[in-house]
Amino acid sequence: MNTLRWRRFVNGFWTIASGTGVLVALVPLASLLWLVVSRGAPGLSASFFVSLPTPVGEAGGGVGNAITGTFFMVGLASLMALPVGVGAGVYLAEKGDGPAGKVIRFTAEVLSGVPSIVIGIVAYGLIVAQMKRFSALAGSVALALIMIPSLARSTEDFIRLVPSSLREASLALGVPGWKTSLRVIVPTALGGIVTAVLLAVARAAGETAPLLFTALNNQYWNTDPTQPTASLTVQIYNYAISPYEDWHAKAWTAALVLLLLVGLLNLTARLLSRNRMAGAR
Amino acid sequence: MISNMEAAIPMKPFERRIPESGRLSVAEPVAVEPKLTVGGLSAWYGRNRALHDVNLTVAPRSVMAAIGPSGCGKSTFLRCLNRMHELIPGARAEGTLLLDGKDLLGRDVDPVTLRRRVGMVFQRPNPFPTMSIRDNVAAGLKLNRVGGNHDEIVERTLRQSALWDEVKDRLGASALSLSGGQQQRLCIARALAVEPEVLLMDEPASALDPIATAKIEDLIHELKERYTIVIVTHNMQQAGRVSDHTAFFYMGDLVEVGPTEKIFTNPSEKRTEDYVTGKFG
Amino acid sequence: MRPSTDIASARAEPTPPRFAHLGDRAWGWGLTILGGTILFVAGLILLELGRVAAPAFDHLNIFRFLTSSDWDPVKERFGALPFIYGTLVTSLVAILVALPISVGLALFLSEMGPRRLGPPVAYAIEVLAAIPSVIFGLWGLFVLVPWLRTGLQPLLQETLGFLPFFRGPMIGLGYLAAGLILALMILPTIASVTIEVLKTVPPALKEGALALGATRWEAIRIAVLPYARPGILGATLLGLGRALGETMAVTMVIGNSPEISASLFAPGYTLPAVIANEFAEATGDVHIGALASLGLVLFGITLVLNAVAQTLIRTVARGPRGAKA
Repeated sequence: MNTLRWRRFVNGFWTIASGTGVLVALVPLASLLWLVVSRGAPGLSASFFVSLPTPVGEAGGGVGNAITGTFFMVGLASLMALPVGVGAGVYLAEKGDGPAGKVIRFTAEVLSGVPSIVIGIVAYGLIVAQMKRFSALAGSVALALIMIPSLARSTEDFIRLVPSSLREASLALGVPGWKTSLRVIVPTALGGIVTAVLLAVARAAGETAPLLFTALNNQYWNTDPTQPTASLTVQIYNYAISPYEDWHAKAWTAALVLLLLVGLLNLTARLLSRNRMAGAR
Repeated sequence: MISNMEAAIPMKPFERRIPESGRLSVAEPVAVEPKLTVGGLSAWYGRNRALHDVNLTVAPRSVMAAIGPSGCGKSTFLRCLNRMHELIPGARAEGTLLLDGKDLLGRDVDPVTLRRRVGMVFQRPNPFPTMSIRDNVAAGLKLNRVGGNHDEIVERTLRQSALWDEVKDRLGASALSLSGGQQQRLCIARALAVEPEVLLMDEPASALDPIATAKIEDLIHELKERYTIVIVTHNMQQAGRVSDHTAFFYMGDLVEVGPTEKIFTNPSEKRTEDYVTGKFG
Repeated sequence: MRPSTDIASARAEPTPPRFAHLGDRAWGWGLTILGGTILFVAGLILLELGRVAAPAFDHLNIFRFLTSSDWDPVKERFGALPFIYGTLVTSLVAILVALPISVGLALFLSEMGPRRLGPPVAYAIEVLAAIPSVIFGLWGLFVLVPWLRTGLQPLLQETLGFLPFFRGPMIGLGYLAAGLILALMILPTIASVTIEVLKTVPPALKEGALALGATRWEAIRIAVLPYARPGILGATLLGLGRALGETMAVTMVIGNSPEISASLFAPGYTLPAVIANEFAEATGDVHIGALASLGLVLFGITLVLNAVAQTLIRTVARGPRGAKA
């Protein structure tokens, strides 16, 4: 049958075409990962982690202050975002089925798609303009605002995974509703919540744009939240767009550090959620 | 034994459904070539064997019912007949399946062409929701590049499935605007449009109300004038009403096969008797 | 719910009912407040954006703001057209490239490809999604741009140079580079949402098509894809939203030049990129206000896009409309 052969050909064609899609996506990924590792590794040393940046042409130096800056600001942002984000997530899971819940969920979903640079402007207005200076606080606020909506949604999803039979069993034992939620449901979902938090933290650690005009940058160590602070991402950016070869090399190395950090967070998150799924059986 | 049978199964419905031609298929003319011959059919899901060595024949233009308790393999058996079973990951089937003498399970047989000759109607009506009634019926024709006047074929098969009068004024309406029973008859028309020789029906009326069910059963009686039908049903009374032959499956084995009247009134196997008298199931 | 007034049962209960109720009520209120903070955050963002942008409102004529190409902060002339143009062009290129690849990827993973390849490829997509934007920019600047300059752009100019899109000097940086890097970045978004959408298609539909004698591709074409279409559209809009707001990777490869050009090889500018480059050293409240106004435009567009996308995706999950019981 002539048409049958043609139909089989079309079937094969589209199978290959969709497979090409996989290749086109994976080749740049492989290239990127390979280059970050191969170009970044040579510059990787213990001192890179703990030294301050050096001026152009001077050998050595590192991104120590950028690393601590990132940890500092992401940590501060997490302190602000966790209670609000996880709390809102619990709200959505427990009381979020009514009209109010639907509006809040929709808002959270939409908010998580707001460009991070716009959030940066908001943090600028809230903090930088009031304090009349760039600061780590402003950067942290920006990161927190970015973390809250997605944290709320993922927390909700993880809590909803807890089977309702658990709640019923607890209530049947005479445990009041609020205690059931707080002491039974949330701890059961804790693995998932931690996963959601780790993913949100990883995202925040990788943000650059909102920090450009909130935390700005800093050539030195800084733990004062009211001062501008360096961050890994901004440092990579500055190194990359500079005209100096040795700074380009440092950009690759710093990128490797950032990738390791983000990768570690993501990996931990995955392992945690996989363990939870396996252990739950 | 007979008195128990008569008490347990009312024979009246069985007799009511005999068509005008007066043909009672109690004893089959021996000279007719079987339409389908199943030899040593075994099927697996991964390592679980779902069918053991099934042997039976289906006479042309007759109805064979496959009955048995849940999980006995009757649906698996049906799906082997049009090679839909092997689409499940890890599933496989072995044995011979002759359609007019040609082995369908052979390497050189294309499942895609096979499914034109052996059509299937599913448990839940599954019309294509984005297509109109007319397009649904013609879907198989368009796929298989069948030429000719599709509208004629659409009308003919809709008449065959006793749906034409109900939809002739709204062939362009969405298939979802029909009731469940109408949708199922639409699916039957869709299957018939490509002119199969064998029609497989997997519990076609189990999702329908009694009135729609009766219509489907009437339909089966008319269809068997032209098509060979194999129907899986968990409803023994239905098997008694519509089929000429019945095959009783239990735990992957074909326990007994024979003329329907015999299976229900005077079965050879004790297991068959226990099942049809409702001792288990 | 009123506490029990039956004396016998009140004595029989271990904890006084009113106490338990207090806990429940406090919990309920606490949660509601936390849930409400989402709305508070949304309002905060909107208001603050407006406040920072306000100084520019008196100086700006909306029409000229959106249609003029003259962006001169020193002279306080703010025409945003080059940025709007650049944002639209790069996002369009990104979608055109990413959509077929993503859908192909999704189909390969969920329908057409060998099952064993599923998990590793899915994992690779997750990795792609987790890479920070600035690292994409780094790779784009030092790998993609040179390759464009020496490889792809000359090829395009040779073969398709009669089109206005592929004319002019080939420096690597520009709309094409930004579009391609954006495509890479939104691939995981579109692909993963599409995979989720494909999962919600009832398998009975595909089976129905296969039972009619359809090949695997044909079953997808007539049964799966039409059903999933709104969801795929939603996935695309989500990807588009992401592309519009992407800053770092774009500003590192687009050339940051506020010029409008038909050629994809030319350098350009986008809304997020100009905000990133000028905000920290902006001269005066009006300049800042103008940049914040750009942010407002961006905010509005992505808001609408995301809202529409969410609705579309939910439509597919809910099932076909017009179905009778």
